[in-house]
Amino acid sequence: MNIHEYQGKQLFAEHGILVQRGIHVTTTEGAGQAWDELGVGLVAVKSQIHAGGRGKGVVVDPQSRDTVLQGGVHIARSRNETVDFAKAMLGNMLVTKQSGARGKLVQNLYIESGCDIAHEYYLALLVDREAKSVLIMASTEGGMEIEEVAASTPEKIHKIWVDPATGLLGFQARNMAVDLGLSKIAGRSFAKMLFSLYNLFVNKDCSMVEINPLVRTNDNQMVALDAKIGFDDNADFRHQDIFSGLRDISEEEPTEVRAKEADLSYVKLDGEIGCLVNGAGLAMATMDVIKLYGGEPANFLDVGGGADEEQVETAFSIILEDPNVKGVLVNIFGGIMRCDIIARGVIAATESLELEVPLVVRLSGTNFEEGRKILKASTLNIHSVDSLAEGAQKIVALIGGEQ
Amino acid sequence: MAIWIEENAKVLVQGITGNQGMFHATKMVEYGTDIVGGVTPGKGGQTVDLGGVSAPVFNSMVEALSATGADASVIYVPPPFAGEAIMEAADAFAGASGEGVIICITEGVPTLDMIKATAYVAARPGIRLIGPNCPGIITPGETGGAKIGIMPGHIHAKGRIGVVSKSGTLTYEAVDQTMSIGEGQSTCIGIGGDPVNGTGFIDCLAAFEADEQTEAIVMIGEIGGTAEEDAAAWAKENVTKPIVGFVAGATAPPGKRMGHAGAIIAGGKGTAAEKVAAFEAAGIHVANDPSEIGAVLLKALQAAGLR
Repeated sequence: MNIHEYQGKQLFAEHGILVQRGIHVTTTEGAGQAWDELGVGLVAVKSQIHAGGRGKGVVVDPQSRDTVLQGGVHIARSRNETVDFAKAMLGNMLVTKQSGARGKLVQNLYIESGCDIAHEYYLALLVDREAKSVLIMASTEGGMEIEEVAASTPEKIHKIWVDPATGLLGFQARNMAVDLGLSKIAGRSFAKMLFSLYNLFVNKDCSMVEINPLVRTNDNQMVALDAKIGFDDNADFRHQDIFSGLRDISEEEPTEVRAKEADLSYVKLDGEIGCLVNGAGLAMATMDVIKLYGGEPANFLDVGGGADEEQVETAFSIILEDPNVKGVLVNIFGGIMRCDIIARGVIAATESLELEVPLVVRLSGTNFEEGRKILKASTLNIHSVDSLAEGAQKIVALIGGEQ
Repeated sequence: MAIWIEENAKVLVQGITGNQGMFHATKMVEYGTDIVGGVTPGKGGQTVDLGGVSAPVFNSMVEALSATGADASVIYVPPPFAGEAIMEAADAFAGASGEGVIICITEGVPTLDMIKATAYVAARPGIRLIGPNCPGIITPGETGGAKIGIMPGHIHAKGRIGVVSKSGTLTYEAVDQTMSIGEGQSTCIGIGGDPVNGTGFIDCLAAFEADEQTEAIVMIGEIGGTAEEDAAAWAKENVTKPIVGFVAGATAPPGKRMGHAGAIIAGGKGTAAEKVAAFEAAGIHVANDPSEIGAVLLKALQAAGLR
C-alpha cells in the first residue's frame, strides 16, 4: 500500500526525520489559509497523488482533457499565487509518467514552507530480493530518477546492505556520509537521519522509502523534501493504524478493492477478453497466451487455490463490470480445487448474471472429466476446450466473429 | 535418487491441528507420504486422525525431532507465525542431525520476517528452506512417494524430468505437459512467488545437474526480480542437461503486483522479455505458451539423444 507525501512526512516527523513545515489542504480557501499560517515568503504547492513524476506531469481538465497547468508541483511567492495554483490543481487530473494516461484526480494538496537548498541528494531504502536484506541507496544526483543515474553514472550510487541480525551499523552510516562528500556536521545529520529511517522501515514494515530530493541546507542540515513510502501488504495485520488510517481508497481501482474484499486477486487491464484463473502464475500465463493468439486480456484474476461457487460468481461479476469485456476465458487447473465444483460455479454464475458474451472454459486436473460433462450437459452457450492454447484461440475467434 | 526428498522421507507437519494443516496432512498420507507427526504448541500429547492413520502431536520441533527423527517439516501455520515456525524448525534440525528440509506453504508472510528467517536458515548450513508461498516439493515413487505440500499428487508419476517453478498451478500445468509426452518426474519443486524466499532456481538446477535420476529440467519463471536471469547465466556455465523454460507475465503492466507479492515489474526491471532473452542466450529451450512445454521438451530430449 502507498500513502501520500503529506502522510509520509507526518511519519517522518514522528520518527525524528527533518522535514519542512507544511499543511495538508483540500480546498483553495484552505490553501490561502495555509499561506497565512506558514507565514513565510515562499511555499511549494504540491499535488498529492499516488504516482511519481508529479513535478514534470501535466494537469488537465477531466472532461475536455485541455491542459490547465504544466507541472503538478509549483513554487508560490504570494497568497494569490498559492490560491491560483491550488485552483488549477484541485479537481483536475494530474498525468505523470507513472499515473497512466488518464491521470489521477487531485483532491489533496500539501502547502510546504520553502527550503534553502545547498545541494540535492537521492536516498532510498528498499528490499533487495537477491541479497535478502534491506538495501540503502544514496547518490549525490538528487532530483534525477535513480534508474537514469544507474544507467549513466552507476559509480555515483552508494549502497549499504543491512544485516538483519545486527541492524544498521554506525560505521556503515558514517561511510555513506563520506561517500556522499558530506562535511562533518552534515554527515552527522545524515547518519542520524539514516538510523531514523531504518527504524521507520523496520518498525512499520515498509516495502520502500524514497526521498528524492533529500536536501542539504546552507546550515548543513539534511532535510527530506519528498517522501514516498510503500508498505508491505503482507504485514497489514500488525499495522492497523497505517492500513486503515492512512489508506486512500479513492487512489485505488474500485473493482480491485471489491475483489480484494472477496479474497480475489484482480488487476484491471485495457483489453477485451476477461480471464478467470486459479493461481497467479497460471493467470499471468493465460493473459500471455491470449495475447500470443492475437487477443488482448481485460484483466488478471486469480481466484486462489480453494475458491467456492460463491467466489467464482463474484469473480464473474467483477470481470463483467468492465464494459470492454467482449468474451471470457476460464482456465482452471484443478489441484485441491475440483473441476466439477468449478463447473457448477460457472453455470450458476452465467445463469444469475445472464451472461451475454461468449464463454470458453478449459478445465484440467482433479475431476476434469466430470467438470466437462457438467458443462456439456448445460444448455448454456459454453465452449469447453482441452488446452489453454485451444481456449485462447477459441475465445479470440469468437469475439473476432462478432465484430 | 531424487533431490533433497527421498520417496520414503519422514515428514512432520507444523500447524497440524489447524484446518489447512489437517486437510493437507490427510492428503499427503493418502498419496503415500510418511507423516510421522506434527507440532502445535500447547497441544502436545494429543493425536490426530489423518484419514485412518493416527499421528502424534508435539509441543515443539525439538520434541518432535527427538521422538521421530524426521527428515523434513512442512509449515501450514498462519502468516504472523510462519517466520518464527521456520526458525524453530531450523534450530531443531541443526540441534538434532544437523540436516533437514523445511517447506513453508504459508502465503502472506511479511517480507521483513522472511529476511530474518532466511538469514537464520543460512547461518545453519545443513538446513534447506523451500518457500514460503509455494506448492511444496514432491518426489513421486513407483507407488506412492513423498508429496510434501498442496499439489495434487495424482497428476505426477516417477520419471526423469526435474521441474522447478515459482508458481503453483503453472507447475501442475508443466507436470501435465511432461506426462502428455509420456515423461514422469524425478522431483518437482515450487520455490514460491514471494520477493524473499529460501531455495532458489540455482540451488535446484545444481541439484538436478548432480542427480542421476534427472535427465532434463523444466524451469518456470515469472516477472519480477532477476532470479531467472541469474539462473540462466549460471546454467550456461554449469548445466549439461537440457533445460526447457517458460516465463509468465509478458503482458503484465509495470508497477502492478500480479497476485504473487514478488510478481511486479519495478523500474523497468524484471520483465518477461529480459528473462526470455536471458534463457535463450543460455541455450534454454523456451516455450512461448505453457501448452507447448511438452512439445518443446520432446524436441529437446530428441536433440540430446534421450528419445
